[in-house]
Amino acid sequence: MSFTELLSEKKPAILKKWFDSILDTYPSETADFLKKQKDRFANPVGSTIYGGMDSLLNSLLSNDDADTISKYLDDIVRIRAVQDFTPSQSLAFIFRLKDAVREETADESNARDFSDELTAFDLKVDALALTAFDIYMKCREKIYDIKANELRNMTIKLVERANLIFEARYRDIDLKDLVMEGNKSERGE
Amino acid sequence: MAKFTAKPKDLIHIDFKNPRTGWMDTPVDIREHMYCHPTKAKDLETVGFPNIHEWRPADENWNLPEDWKETVLNGIKERLQKYRSFHVFMDICVRCGACADKCHFYLGTGDPKNMPVLRAELLRSVYRKYFTASGKILGKTAGARELTEDVLKEIWYYYYQCTECRRCSVFCPYGIDQAEITMIGRELTNLVGLQLGWIGGPVANCYMKGNHLGLEPHTIKSNIEMMLDDIETITGIRINPTFNRKGAEILFVTPSGDLFAMPGIYTAMGYLMLFHELGLDYTWSTYASEGGNFGFFSSNEMAKRLNSKIYAEAKRLGVKWVLGGECGHMWRVLHQYMDTWNGPADFLEVPKSPITGTVFDNAKSAKMTHISEFTADLIKHGKLKLDKSRNDHLKVTFHDSCNTSRGMGMLDEPRYIIKNVCNHFYEMPENTIREKTFCCGSGTGLNASENMELRMRGGLPRANAVKYVHEQHGVNMLANVCAIDRATLSASMDYWVPGVGVAGVSELVGNALVMKGEKERTADLRGETLPGKEGAE
Ligand code: SF4
Ligand code: SF4
Repeated sequence: MSFTELLSEKKPAILKKWFDSILDTYPSETADFLKKQKDRFANPVGSTIYGGMDSLLNSLLSNDDADTISKYLDDIVRIRAVQDFTPSQSLAFIFRLKDAVREETADESNARDFSDELTAFDLKVDALALTAFDIYMKCREKIYDIKANELRNMTIKLVERANLIFEARYRDIDLKDLVMEGNKSERGE
Repeated sequence: MAKFTAKPKDLIHIDFKNPRTGWMDTPVDIREHMYCHPTKAKDLETVGFPNIHEWRPADENWNLPEDWKETVLNGIKERLQKYRSFHVFMDICVRCGACADKCHFYLGTGDPKNMPVLRAELLRSVYRKYFTASGKILGKTAGARELTEDVLKEIWYYYYQCTECRRCSVFCPYGIDQAEITMIGRELTNLVGLQLGWIGGPVANCYMKGNHLGLEPHTIKSNIEMMLDDIETITGIRINPTFNRKGAEILFVTPSGDLFAMPGIYTAMGYLMLFHELGLDYTWSTYASEGGNFGFFSSNEMAKRLNSKIYAEAKRLGVKWVLGGECGHMWRVLHQYMDTWNGPADFLEVPKSPITGTVFDNAKSAKMTHISEFTADLIKHGKLKLDKSRNDHLKVTFHDSCNTSRGMGMLDEPRYIIKNVCNHFYEMPENTIREKTFCCGSGTGLNASENMELRMRGGLPRANAVKYVHEQHGVNMLANVCAIDRATLSASMDYWVPGVGVAGVSELVGNALVMKGEKERTADLRGETLPGKEGAE
């Protein structure tokens, strides 16, 4: 059996272990809930993370392109990026995939040497982590964008009005003159 | 050669497991981005709030007044006597857990203290200690605990992570209403001067100037005039509404967000167009210029004071009845409290549509009707000429606001309107709409920017359902009848479901409304070119 075939066979167990490892980052009552509630609308965090991990594993096994993988990763990271975690805590779950794969393929690895394949798989996981880091940063930047946009949206008519008044008053004046005037008055001239 | 001896675990200090302690033994951890800044002293002075003082949530010392404990305990005592519901809610919870996983904040944060049952326990434990025999004697065994500064901080922290949305109460076999418990918890924090800026500021503005942003009459007027210019550009029709006009038949009151904020202004354009087309005898007021009521998020008394201006203005202008715009908590207040607070408004008449003759008996006592009830009635009687195709660029879903759905039971009117003005309408999944709707995540004065992480977490369950219809049906517009939704859902969509806009139902009406003498429309109310009309200008 090839390593990929082995991974496909062990996928359900790997997924379970991987999912459990991320659940461990939540309080125990919450972890139980995130795991047990299967309705995706009643449990957005649990179902999004589980679904995302499932799709990620499939993608890794079938060598999907970076965009597809990014999308699944985005679903998970977008949630983790606004929860109570430091950046490293948010993204550490990705590396737990290495452990899950090792643990679940340990027996077969003893019988046959899969070390090259494992190294190759580790590299994929590392790439995943780097992509996740980019997504995480984008999410955090987005939060700041939203804050700025919201402030603008909140007062849009007032700002427009201020602009109109400004234009009406200063339409014929060169901005350079205005600055000069300002400087003069600052100097008390 | 030097060797790497550190193990990976030593290099990254990550504690993967969370502690497994009982909630009472897990001290509150006040985290940045989860709370709003305190209010400015001057705002509290304006409305005469007690115990004004400087403090910062992140500090160890909150500079509480010396007698804070007595004040809070007396506050609880007074409210137990005053509100039977509060007393009942403190006693009857059987901790069945049915509500536990129904709160959007719990779903988004995963913090057990955001389970409604635990949120209530934060206060209930104090109640037990000081007001029940078993709690006094048995203490912790009976779920009772001392009121300490840390306990007060914990109540403050989590009662401002509740939007009083009442979703939990829908699932509670006893109908325990956490919203009411939160309101009282917030009142208690106010007694010792722990008010939020985002609430205190609007309250002071509203008290002094009639609306949350403190817009003065000329600003209100000129903002509306700018909308009229835009309407003229789009329809070719110049509208001339009146302000503070005595003797008008109807006073129109809407949340001030509709007057200056995006995308609320498009909703306001929709109102203006509809009223013009009907030739409605109505007036705007620059005094009762706020339908919303942030007083409702601080105390019963403050809400009552701010609300009083609506009837006062109706009386001054001598109108017959009041029509209200699209808002959430405004309607909870008008529907459930206004009449008992500031009524009876016996100088007004039961609202009656001058166009269809329909009498709105549901507003018999309060004398105020919701714009969606009014518009749905017009459509039902065939009084509006509508061209649905002007909304064909939109695939619409509808978000029930907590307050209009659970607070006043208005579920079908907005849907009826949308179906009559849009060709493409898709419902979100059943357990996320109508009575079970998920909160936008930022209501009750929590729509500040410093707590954006809290807002995003709380907004996730709603956004998750929107994402589903976005992916399934290509939904690109989230309609609603609430000014706070229009602001907060815009932010939430931006983060969780980019590509979905937010609109008030009246904006969609404005798009579809065929007006007498209008020119051919080539753009919607946002000025965006309608499909098929490119180059028609
Ligand atoms: S009222 Fe809403 S926000 Fe408050 S605890 Fe209940 S579900 Fe949560
Ligand atoms: S559903 Fe009602 S009775 Fe059950 S735990 Fe929640 S508040 Fe208590």
